[in-house]
Amino acid sequence: MNKKMKFSIYRYNPEVDTQPYYQDVEIEVTNLDKKLLNALVKIKEQVDDSIAFRRSCREGVCGSDAININGRNGLACLTDLAKLKEPVVLRPIPGLPVIRDLIVDMTQFFHQYNSIKPYVIDHNQMPSRERLQSPKDREELNGVIECILCACCTTACPSFWWNPDKFLGPAALLHAYRFIADTRDEATAERLDDLNDPYKLFRCHTIMNCADVCPKNLNPTKAIGKIKEFMLSRVI
Amino acid sequence: MSLPILKFEAVIVGGGGAGLRAALQLSEAGIKTVVLSKVFPTRSHTAAAQGGISAALGNIEDDNWHWHMYDTVKGADWLGDQDAIEFMCRQAVDAVVELEHYGMPFDRLENGKIYQRPFGGHMANFGKQPVRRACCVADRTGHAMLHALYQRNVKANTKFFVEWMALDLIRNENGDVVGVTALEMETGQVYVIQAKAVLFATGGAGRIFQSSTNAFINTGDGVGITLRAGLPVEDIEFWQFHPTGLAGAGVLITEGVRGEGGYLLNANGERFMERYAPTAKDLASRDVVSRAMQIEINEGRGCGPNKDYVLLKLDHLGVEVIDQRLPGIREIALQFLGIDPIKEPIPVVPTCHYMMGGIPTNYKGEVVAPFGANKEEVVKGFYAAGECACASVHGANRLGTNSLLDLVVFGKSAGNSMIKFIREHDLEYKELPKDAGEFSLQRVQKIDASTSGESLAELRHEMQRIMQQHAGVFRTQKVLMDGIEKIEALYARAQNLYIKDKSKVFNTARVEALEFINTIEVALATMICAEARKESRGAQAREDYPERDDANFMCHTLFYRDGRKIIYKDVHVAPLTVDYIPPAKRVY
Repeated sequence: MNKKMKFSIYRYNPEVDTQPYYQDVEIEVTNLDKKLLNALVKIKEQVDDSIAFRRSCREGVCGSDAININGRNGLACLTDLAKLKEPVVLRPIPGLPVIRDLIVDMTQFFHQYNSIKPYVIDHNQMPSRERLQSPKDREELNGVIECILCACCTTACPSFWWNPDKFLGPAALLHAYRFIADTRDEATAERLDDLNDPYKLFRCHTIMNCADVCPKNLNPTKAIGKIKEFMLSRVI
Repeated sequence: MSLPILKFEAVIVGGGGAGLRAALQLSEAGIKTVVLSKVFPTRSHTAAAQGGISAALGNIEDDNWHWHMYDTVKGADWLGDQDAIEFMCRQAVDAVVELEHYGMPFDRLENGKIYQRPFGGHMANFGKQPVRRACCVADRTGHAMLHALYQRNVKANTKFFVEWMALDLIRNENGDVVGVTALEMETGQVYVIQAKAVLFATGGAGRIFQSSTNAFINTGDGVGITLRAGLPVEDIEFWQFHPTGLAGAGVLITEGVRGEGGYLLNANGERFMERYAPTAKDLASRDVVSRAMQIEINEGRGCGPNKDYVLLKLDHLGVEVIDQRLPGIREIALQFLGIDPIKEPIPVVPTCHYMMGGIPTNYKGEVVAPFGANKEEVVKGFYAAGECACASVHGANRLGTNSLLDLVVFGKSAGNSMIKFIREHDLEYKELPKDAGEFSLQRVQKIDASTSGESLAELRHEMQRIMQQHAGVFRTQKVLMDGIEKIEALYARAQNLYIKDKSKVFNTARVEALEFINTIEVALATMICAEARKESRGAQAREDYPERDDANFMCHTLFYRDGRKIIYKDVHVAPLTVDYIPPAKRVY
């Protein structure tokens, strides 16, 4: 089942390009090339080794290869070639500075993540064995801990595009919820205080792009809603 | 030309499980530390580990570290060092409890304790019956562990140089390690990083094979650098072929599937592992299961149009168990084969998964190498942990879930050794050699200056084909000799490697070229050491030498790049406190 496929790839190398441009590429894909990442690797090997993109695990668990694919954020390694309309337009995920080609500077994204104190806070003396947690309490973390920090959600969010420095974005907020929801964490009040600000949390307008594009089928909007519930129940 | 010089007391190369655990130890001790990582730390390959981390918590049934130790020694086919194995298994419970305290979201039992599942080769009472020892987070244990360790490092304010690639070790005239050179990908700048202690936690090199569960980044950088620095690597001929790689795609399907009750079927619908391992059946050691599968396929009982895979059946577990304990597997099967395992079995083949060999260390994480009469002299300032190291706890075959344990136990141990070394000497930085960095710079400039030559992509594909055909599950003298000839020829061609892209900013072609130069070292060493070991032990299955030969080969291989020299050193037969476990026939 060999077939030719057309791609249009965003190119920008700050050393030589005054502005970005699109490079048209055509390659032959076989039935072994199931995913977009297979095609990208092939393009780099056979057509132009200067096309720069990140990739690692090729199975959707490392979060390296988030790309804007035909206008929609996704992981190259989990995107079926067969489902893509041609020419396949590949751009860096939006809203972050481009370093080169499909590689963006994720400093801001990780700054947001770090700002929510992404670790369990428990000031008690640790027991000699594991702390206990019921399966039901642990279950609350499902749908949250699977996040791979690929940034598909945050960079698809208009609220993030408008206020990238003030709104935390869906990924960081998903993680904020992860620690609020963890029964082992003692800092819920402090975490809610931190988020109680006109921008950090409340700029989420439930547009739902985040849930729509998440390659792990997670729902940051729902997690944000739960944080708001926590806040509300505290007021009452 | 002089390179910019940076100074850190401790440099950790690699931001996976071992590197992050060591970093935590050093950061919390107030040592000026930096972690270099080719990728953002949570993108390291630790994230792909699925099934679990072993510790004899005994949360469901009686278990203790002595049994864990016995299983590890037996799993390693008596090539593991028993002092290191005792050290790891004794630490296991504390290591897992510590991860829980770090916030790792383990699955739980009704009583609130950590859930445990059966796994290959995990037995109670010194090999008598299966025991539940694998602590897990569904089938995403590595991902959860890596994120928890990274998060803890955020708390500890660890400094990271993200998307930096180490190029070479810097050794002084005494052979002490006094720093590394590294490439900052974003700028293309090469730096000299002066250090009092350097830890390699660079992971494996599974990408030497065509069919591999490993990530693109698993290119054996630490091993290649070590060989170039004139130091040996240990037991590099031992590669684990995981029984259940997804046919075609190579993506890992956890042994946890069989731990939860799944089993393998051949074309006749026969549960063939009952013939090969009457007690443990599908939960025998990985080398045993992979060989059985390969025999079934070779003898015409494979499945599919080309009879080239077997089937992993799990639909009988029910949708509830699959969605609760194996959700990632279901996702992978759907994504890559369009098969839903709640209805259909998954096509699987033995797939290269893990490098048992690596940089020789003791259980303290110190790198050791022959010097004079001493075959295990400590190389001052140099440490290694995790898959790139050979402590050796995995010997000739690693048990499932012992890899994640290895990362945290030896990451911590190496971190402690580095703290002690730095504080003990209260050291000044040792002087850098005058030409520090020159070698690396020349290597990079050679790539930049090339105007024609061998295509990187072709060289890489050719290496992977050669390794697949000549160093696979079953090996023979003829096949290995041919393999050496082919890989040496390729090695010669690789000296003339060429890439078109000459730019500086995030030149990923250049990074791949530098990676390949490391990878081919690992491939060559593997082939030569596999030929030299004329016995079958663990993952090394020689059809022409089908038996284990303890008289001649119960010893570690040490391979040097110069002259392709091999020497052997004794296995450590004395554990730290308990009795030696003498070799026995390995039956599951």
